[in-house]
Parts: sequence; structure tokens; C-alpha cells
Amino acid sequence: MRVGVGLPTTTPGADGALLVDWARKAEAGPFSSLGVLDRIVYDSYDPFASLAAAAAVTSEIKLATMIAIGPVRPAAQLLKGAASVQALSHGRLTLGLAIGARADDYEVCGLTTKGRGARLSDQLAELRDWDVSPVVPETVKERRPELLVGGNSGAALARMARFADGYAHGGGPPRAFASAATKARAAWTDLGRPGEPALWGQAYFALGDEQAGEAYLLDYYAFTGPFAAKIAAGNLTSPRAIRDFVRAYAEAGCDELVLLPTVADPGQLDRLADVLA
Amino acid sequence: MRTTVLGAGPAGLYLSILLKKADPRHDVTVVERNPPDATFGFGVVFSEETLGRLRVADEPTFTAITDAWASWTTIDIHFGGELIRSHGHRFSAIRRTKLLGILQRRARELGVEMRFETEIAEVAELPDADLLVGADGVNSLVRRAREFGPRIEVYPTRFAWFGTDVALDAFTFAFVETEHGVFQAHAYPFDEGTSTFIVETREDTWQRAGLEELSEQESLAFCEELFAPVLDGHGLLSNRSVWLAFNELRCKDWSAGSTVLVGDAAHTAHFSIGSGTKLALEDAIELAGALGRHEDLQPALVEYELERRPIVERFQEAARQSAEYFEEVPRHMGLPPLQFAFNLLTRSGRIGHANLSLRDPRLVRRVDAFVGGRSALSPPPLFAPLELRGLTLRNRAVIRGLDEPVGAGLYLSPMVAVTPEGRITPDDPTDPGAWDLDRIHAAGGAAMLVLNHAGARGACRPRSEGIDLPLREGGWPLVSATATPHTRRSATPAALDEAGMDRIRDAFVAAARRGAEAGFDAIELNLAEGYLLSSFRDGDYPRSVVEAVRAVFDGPLAVRLGDGDAVPDADLVHVAGGKVKEYRRGHLTAASDRIRSEAHVATMVGGYLDTLDAANTIVGAGRADLCILEPAALT
Repeated sequence: MRVGVGLPTTTPGADGALLVDWARKAEAGPFSSLGVLDRIVYDSYDPFASLAAAAAVTSEIKLATMIAIGPVRPAAQLLKGAASVQALSHGRLTLGLAIGARADDYEVCGLTTKGRGARLSDQLAELRDWDVSPVVPETVKERRPELLVGGNSGAALARMARFADGYAHGGGPPRAFASAATKARAAWTDLGRPGEPALWGQAYFALGDEQAGEAYLLDYYAFTGPFAAKIAAGNLTSPRAIRDFVRAYAEAGCDELVLLPTVADPGQLDRLADVLA
Repeated sequence: MRTTVLGAGPAGLYLSILLKKADPRHDVTVVERNPPDATFGFGVVFSEETLGRLRVADEPTFTAITDAWASWTTIDIHFGGELIRSHGHRFSAIRRTKLLGILQRRARELGVEMRFETEIAEVAELPDADLLVGADGVNSLVRRAREFGPRIEVYPTRFAWFGTDVALDAFTFAFVETEHGVFQAHAYPFDEGTSTFIVETREDTWQRAGLEELSEQESLAFCEELFAPVLDGHGLLSNRSVWLAFNELRCKDWSAGSTVLVGDAAHTAHFSIGSGTKLALEDAIELAGALGRHEDLQPALVEYELERRPIVERFQEAARQSAEYFEEVPRHMGLPPLQFAFNLLTRSGRIGHANLSLRDPRLVRRVDAFVGGRSALSPPPLFAPLELRGLTLRNRAVIRGLDEPVGAGLYLSPMVAVTPEGRITPDDPTDPGAWDLDRIHAAGGAAMLVLNHAGARGACRPRSEGIDLPLREGGWPLVSATATPHTRRSATPAALDEAGMDRIRDAFVAAARRGAEAGFDAIELNLAEGYLLSSFRDGDYPRSVVEAVRAVFDGPLAVRLGDGDAVPDADLVHVAGGKVKEYRRGHLTAASDRIRSEAHVATMVGGYLDTLDAANTIVGAGRADLCILEPAALT
């Protein structure tokens, strides 16, 4: 299993300089990928613009959306953003997409959540036509990014198996990941796809200053009501917790685990690198 | 800290004991509507696993409980005039009033304040406290006072809770078929001379039997007569034994501010897996532990829920599957008693062939022997041979692909298109003679040719690129029953006319002939999955194709069907996904079980079977005859 790290684009206090510095440091560390989240109505940055900046200061590390909310963007614009990151990074993008969890992200874009699953399917079909798309630049026409789809429902898993290269899990204890992985493989087989889906997982961490991490998670997930407290309680806050978690995810068949920072302090990256070393 | 607990059942009392024991300064008050010696409910049952936790949590109650209970290791299944006994299980049960008496005594000894016969109309009447615990059961008043996001599902069966003075020596299931439908009893002993005896039936059966109209005494007499052979001359005891529908309760949240729910107030699981009291006591242990570990209330309540919820949900899922089994039990009444028993024991997915082999090797050996044709020494069910229209398959394992023999009984070809236009992708084979089957035959395997016409799902890109993505170039015109595209992106097919239908039927027949000549032992026709033959809503045309192929091929003929499709005359049904809503290991097994028992036809099922144990359990329980294994099952 490969281990990636998040770029703190949704963590309060991270400015542009910090994001660029973070990306540079991440590339120097033992991380296979740099992942971003996506939220429109929040104190956060655009995932594609952020990955474009990261692309400019890195050369090896993969760049991943974990996930981007597909249907809040017109398909052409989604392709344009992804293709631009793909060009700037020389083909290092992994594009994870899902329908997202918040209605206000849709409303502020002038959309409703109605039919968003079908819209995501249409976008994925267009992404499959990457090499002939009129909006994808010639320089990356032959380099379609790896496509991941997230979501827990039967419909989301079928969409993943129909169009994507793999599954982006939304986070949770290793047992929950293992169960989701079985479901993803079952959907993949059921639809007759050859081979196996790539399986990506994610988790939050804070090494030091965990109160700030907890406060961020409580705020970021405030829309879920009391569930926010449960997500915050799952924050990995010790080297031991991270090592156990990484080991358990590897055993559950995860291909790439992205550890998302809850505190936007570059020292977090150093400490995480030490834990994983 | 001051805690008020509403409800002096096992959860409320046990929590109070543990809180008071952890810190005697803790001010704990339990409020209960009933008197301390209220007697409804008969016995409650535990599994062995709970007990270790009880000992660690509070030794004195553990000792008092284990001194007073009945323990046994047998499950009796009365079915079709036979008694099947399964050993090696571990259960304990205790009279409910005795359990409550033990808990009340211990609570009093520790200084818990208990206010019995205190009826509360609203939560505001309860004493002020830092923590309010709703331990007041499935109809919890506390739960209604705050936002917990409860969802209740009412199950479509009815049950009545009786006692009996028969001293059973096993957890007993009994099934009786009547003119109205099937009735089942779930019974277990809870002390020297008394047992709990629950009678359950489907709602429609309950109505047909006129039980709605009967008084409590008349219902009791009805049930006594029904189960007279099991009751062995004894009667049933009534204690508010009215007919109820089971309510499955799940809550979005188990705590709200400084209020928390435990036991049945937070979650219920169908009684047929006997987990209610166990879950309630474990809730109490976890909540008391979390409150002891945290200074602040909120993190403790979060930790309690995070720890308990996944465990409780697993039991709820198992209980749900168990309840669905009992709801559908009329379907299984045609099974031979031994297989019926194995099906019953493996109903909830918690026990499979491997696990039961450890608990009760003799019973599993009998099941193996039964599936294997009654020889005393038989391999596990998956490895029993199967006779299909004159073809003997060496075992029940099915592998997709004809490349490499791996010891399976049957190998499935990829879907072969009966005409070039009937291909799904340009790479799809159209020639049934394209394979060398000698290696499979030499290894004792049989090969099945799968014939298909893609219909509206034709002319797509290779499956490695995705599913139902139309070819960008080099495509071909599609045909289907109607001019309806398969997806919004798909090309619109032309509706087939009579001549076109005849031509395609002929193509199926010709491909079947070629397949037989090429050495295929069996043929499958795909009547499912949105391909051509499934696009005809009335089944006449697909049935005519099956009949036409039957006329030229005398070997085993299989049809691939979705759940709910009409079953034509064939030797085997390959159960395929219809509108699958939930994917998991074995997600097609229930559909296979239904088709096999209703249409009395052999079935083959996949649905992501990645362990041999899953397949052994399915075949042993008669839920399918053949299992398609994933590659992971072989490694």
C-alpha cells in the first residue's frame, strides 16, 4: 500500500505560500500522492487551482482529488480544470469524483441536488472520451487521468464499476473500509469489468495541536450535526494510532491511503514523515 | 455527578450499578413505572460471549446470575415430523424477574436510589441531573423528548410471547404447517421447570387463522393445540401474551446534549437471535466505562456510541436476516429436514459451514453426506457431484473462463454472440468452436457455452474501458424489442420485426449446434441483464428461443435470469443481478434461494463468492446448486 498526504486546502489559516511550501515538502517526504478535498461554501481553496500550484513546484508526487464534487461544475469545465492540472503536472493527476454531501455547495452554484447522480454519470462518460474531447488540450489527449468514484450506495458503487478505474472511500475505521472494498469488488465483478478496482482510502490526522485539529473537524462537519463529534473522535493523533491504522488499511486491501492534515502547520508533515519512515 | 436513569430493566439497573461502583459519590437515581416485582416477560437468553464481560464488570452480579440460570448447548429443530438436534452451541437463560431481583439487590447494596411505581408523563418531571439515561425500552419516553432521529420498521410477522412448564433442554425451533400457513415456535428453558415459548407467523397467515378476533385465552388454546407434540402434554402460560408486530428501531444519534439512550431505547434486534438483553448489558458496560475514562460528558457519550454502534449494527443486520428467514420460511417447507435444519442454523450469516463444523462436526458430516449422496464419508457440499440432465459435474464449483482447469466442476465460456451484430464489444467471440476444451475435459471438468445477443447494449467499447460506452467508430446498427436506447448515451436500436426475430432465433440454434459439435457439455442462454432476449417484456419470444435450442441440444440447458423473471423450462437457472441495490459478498444468494424453492429448479449463483466457506454454506443449505467462485476463493 502506498501512503499519500493531504494538501491543507480546507484547513483554516493555510495561505497560498503555505500550500506551495507544503507541496514542496510533501514531495521531499515518503509520500506517494498529495490529495485535496473539495468544498464550495467554506473557508477553502479550489482543488484544481491548488493542484496546479502544487504541480508547478513538484515533479514526482501524484496529485489526487479525494474527492472533487463533479456535478457542481459543468462537465466541460471539469474536464478543462482536470486537463490543465494533468498538463501542468505531466500526467500526475488522479481524479476522484463523487456527488458530495452538502446541498449548499449546489445551491451557491445555482444548481439543485436533484439528478446529481445521473449528472455525475454523464460527466464520467465524457471523461472516458478524454482523448477526443474538444476541451482537452492536445498535450495531454493521450494521458487521461486515473478516475476514481466515491459513495456508499448501490447506485454509487455501480457508477464506479461502470465508468471508473477505482473506488475512493470516504474514510472510517479499517473494518468499514474492508466492507466497502468487498462491495466495490462485488460491483466490479457484477458489471463484468476485468481485473480489480483500485482502492483508495483516506483518514484525518494531527500530530501535535490536536485540539486545533478537533476544532477544525467539528467545524468542517458541523452540517452533519452530532456526527461531527464522531468524525473528530476518529482523528489519528498519535504515532501509534497512525501506524496501526496504516497497517490495518493495508491488510484490508487498500492500494493508496491519503492522510489528510487537520492542522495547517508544515511541522505536521515532518512528524508524519517520521512516523511513516 | 448526578445521573437519572428512566427504566429499571436490565440496561438501566446494570448501568446504575456500574456507575455507583466506579464512584460511590456518584448520585444515581433510577425511576421505574412498575413495581419492583412486576412479572411480565418470562426468561431472557444470553450467549456465552457476554458472560466474560459481565464477570470483569461486576463479579457479584455475575456470580448471582450464573448461580440462577439454565445453560445448555443444544438446538432442537422440529420439522416435518423429524427432530434434528445440533450440539456445540452455548446459551444461558434466566427468569427475567430473577435477573431484575439480582440487579435490584446489588443496586440497593451500592446505594442507588430506586423509585418504583413512578409514572412519568414527560421528561421534565424527572429529577434534575447532569446526565439523563433513557433505559426505558423500545417505546422510550426519553427518546421522544429529544432529537435522536429514530426510524422504526414494522416487520410483517406477528408473534406472541408465552411461557410453558415444559423443561426443555435445548433452544427449540418448531414448525407446523396448517391450512392457513406456517407457524413457528422459538422456545428456550430459563430455569428448572419453565421455558419461554414464542409463537410467530406471517401476518397474512395470522389473519387467515382469525387470530385477530380471538381473545388472549383463545389464542393460547390455539397455539397449545398447534404445538401439542412439542409441548408434550403441557400447556402454555399467558402473561400479557398478546399478538405483536416486531418493531426494528435504529437511531441516527444515541445521545443528544446530556441525554443518552441504552438498550432497546436506542436499538432493537429481532428476538430470533436472542440478543436484546446481551446488547443492553454491553451498552451499560461501555457507557459506564466511557464515563469513567473522560472528565467531560460529550467525549464519553461520543466514545460510547462509536464503540457500540458498529457492534450493535452487525447484530441488527444478522437479526434482520434471521427475521427475513422466518418470514419466508413457508418457502423452505419443501426442503428435506436435515437441509432445512442447516439452512435454519446458517440463516443470519453469523454461522457458516466452517464455523458449524467446529461446533457440531457430526451434524455437518450428515449434511455433507446428504448433499454428497448419502455416503458416510463425503467431502464438503461444494465438492459433491451434481447430476444435470445426464451430465455429472464432479463438484459444485464454477469458474468463469475456459483458460486453465483448476479443479472446478464447470467452466463458463465468455459470452459468445450468436451474430456479429449481437456482440457487446468488437472483441467478443462469435465462434463457439474457438476453444480447445481438451484440457478442461482431461481434468474432469465440464464446459458451458454462454450464448448471448447484446440487443440494445451492443457496439460498445471493451469492458476494460467501462460499461455501456458506445464505440466511437466501427460501430454497427443495433436491434432490440423496441426502439429504446439502453442509456442516454447509447444508440437507438431498431425494433425487430418477425423476420428479424426468426433470424436471431435461428442464429441461437446454429450457435448451439456448433457449440455441441465443438465439445461443450452444457449451454446457457442469457435472458437477463438488459440484453436482447430480456428486452421482450412478455416472455413468448425468449421462451421460443429456449425451446428451439432445446430441440437441437439434448444436454443441460441453462438460462440466465434476473430476480423476478419468469422461469422457462430449463435444467438450470443462472441467477444474475436484476436491479441490484446493495452489493456485498453473496448479494445474489437470497434471489437464488427464492427461485430455487419457488420454481423447483436447480440454480447457479455468483454474487461475489470469494471464500469456499460461503459456497459450502450456500450449497449445504440448498440455496443454490452451483456456485460461481471469484479468483480470490482459490488463492
